[in-house]
Amino acid sequence: MKEQTLTPSDFEKLSQDEKQGEIVVRESISAWKDAWLRLKTNRMAMISLWILAFIILVTIFGQLIATHDYRTQDLQSTNMAPSSDHWFGTDSLGRDMFSRTWMGSGISLQVGIYAALVDLVVGVIMGGIMGYFGGKVDEVLNRFCEILYSIPSLLVVILLIVVMEPSMFTIIVALSITGWINMAWIVRGQIMQLKNQEYVLAARSLGAGPSRILLKHLIPNAMGPIIVTITMTVPNAIFAEAFLSFLGLGVQSPAASLGTLINDAIKAMTVYPWRMLFPATLISLTMLCFNIFGDGLRDALDPKMKK
Amino acid sequence: MVRYVLQKLLFMLVSIFVLASATFFLMKAIPGNPFQSEKNIPAAIQERLNEEYGLNDPLGVQYLHYMNNLIHFDLGTSMKQQYVTVIDIIKTGFIYSLQIGIFAIIVAVAAGVLFGLIAALNHRKFLDGFTILIAVIGVSIPNFVVATGLQWIFGVKLRVLDVAGLNDPTDFIMPVLALSFLPAAFIARLVRSSMLEVLSADYMKTARAKGLSGRVILVRHALRNAILPVVTYIGPMTANIITGSVVIEQIFGIGGLGKFFVNSITNRDYTLIMGLTLFYAVILMLARFLTDIAYGFVDPRIKLSRGKGG
Repeated sequence: MKEQTLTPSDFEKLSQDEKQGEIVVRESISAWKDAWLRLKTNRMAMISLWILAFIILVTIFGQLIATHDYRTQDLQSTNMAPSSDHWFGTDSLGRDMFSRTWMGSGISLQVGIYAALVDLVVGVIMGGIMGYFGGKVDEVLNRFCEILYSIPSLLVVILLIVVMEPSMFTIIVALSITGWINMAWIVRGQIMQLKNQEYVLAARSLGAGPSRILLKHLIPNAMGPIIVTITMTVPNAIFAEAFLSFLGLGVQSPAASLGTLINDAIKAMTVYPWRMLFPATLISLTMLCFNIFGDGLRDALDPKMKK
Repeated sequence: MVRYVLQKLLFMLVSIFVLASATFFLMKAIPGNPFQSEKNIPAAIQERLNEEYGLNDPLGVQYLHYMNNLIHFDLGTSMKQQYVTVIDIIKTGFIYSLQIGIFAIIVAVAAGVLFGLIAALNHRKFLDGFTILIAVIGVSIPNFVVATGLQWIFGVKLRVLDVAGLNDPTDFIMPVLALSFLPAAFIARLVRSSMLEVLSADYMKTARAKGLSGRVILVRHALRNAILPVVTYIGPMTANIITGSVVIEQIFGIGGLGKFFVNSITNRDYTLIMGLTLFYAVILMLARFLTDIAYGFVDPRIKLSRGKGG
């Protein structure tokens, strides 16, 4: 082998030109920033995001700007059309529909978001365990999931709520009992793909335990599909809640979700259609925006999938 | 293949067993007993009723009795309507639900495939974007909103269709449309994306290079493959149509099974709730079972991935 010889010229400073070649001019872009930049170019998804932000803001502050509260009955002015006093009209007990609609939106959104959060926690833990340990553990848990999944979930939810008293809490619990399985399967698939990569081996040889590898290495790398699944869970949960309200198993009066409001309005639909109009439009718009935004998010996080 | 079918069948039976047991114990977990709500029932009659319905037996005996009845397709009698068995109710109601459900499936598949095809053939043009937008709206708007919207437009404003009831053939239009809207939108999205995939496959080039006519290529080579994913959607679609029919029947005042189901819940008629839930579940699982089988036949790759199956 030829011996390397160093001459004094090797120790001289680089010229300014040579230095320039190594400077990174553009700021470095993380995977998340990259996804965000892609998402920003998707006009429909961005519009949905803005509409959702607007809906959430009005839901939070709607009670403050409303002219009446959601529970005061006024039997002198029932079933009124929208006016300057009651912006969305009144219901059959003279309660202000503006305030009730946004109150309902709050409950529907809360059901959707909490159900998605429970799915997230349970699904990620179960999916992580199945995917990481594999073998017998995976087989047993997977069979369990398959049986639970093969039982029609809405029927289970109905049964559970018939047994427990209907309230926002029980609705979320009932929705979560079967809701997490989808998330678990998605996480499981991701983890199975990721766990044989070199960085996991590196972490293991440095002495990291399973929980550290899962939480610090695998799950952050599976975050894309997890976020997309959450976005898609929210509208499903909102719909499920509305469906339960329709069966009389929703939140109980004087509180109301959008589903309860629509159900009440249907009885008088031919005479007072505006009672139907606002909650129905709002629930459709919310679900629509969540769906479009979720689609956009999926395209942005996984550009290979895009068609 | 035989092993695959048997495996799926066994799986279905286990699921039904689990659900039946879960239903039984859930209903037993409700505090109080079903006859408590009626006031002023003398203790002796209360006791007699409990005896009559077997509610004094130990839980295990009741469970075995219930399971034994299930095997003989006996779902018990309604607790709120005297002398009416759950099977009777299914017999009267199911025929309406079945008719509407089948029409809805036909409409959904036909419309979904058609629109999916139109979108794929006009990829990145106006018709594509338009169909996609309608499809996203379709999967987002709850079916009861669609139903009441239709009712308002055609029943109240235009007065061309009857608002409710199921007395002549035109009365089917609105319920079927409302019920098929979401599945149609979903199928359109499925067909569009799988069609786009198929259209760029190599065998399409081969077919074109052979000089086959455009229509033959489209129908025999492209659509046939693109329609495969729709088969997997049969299970979820059935679930959708069942839950949808519960709402739709209520809105359009149709005396189908869904309406009995809603009433049973409002009346807390426990045997009826139990019976109808199980009935729905069995239909759904049968649909899923048939989907699995159909898919096994249609797509030979399934067998390969299962190893040396029959």
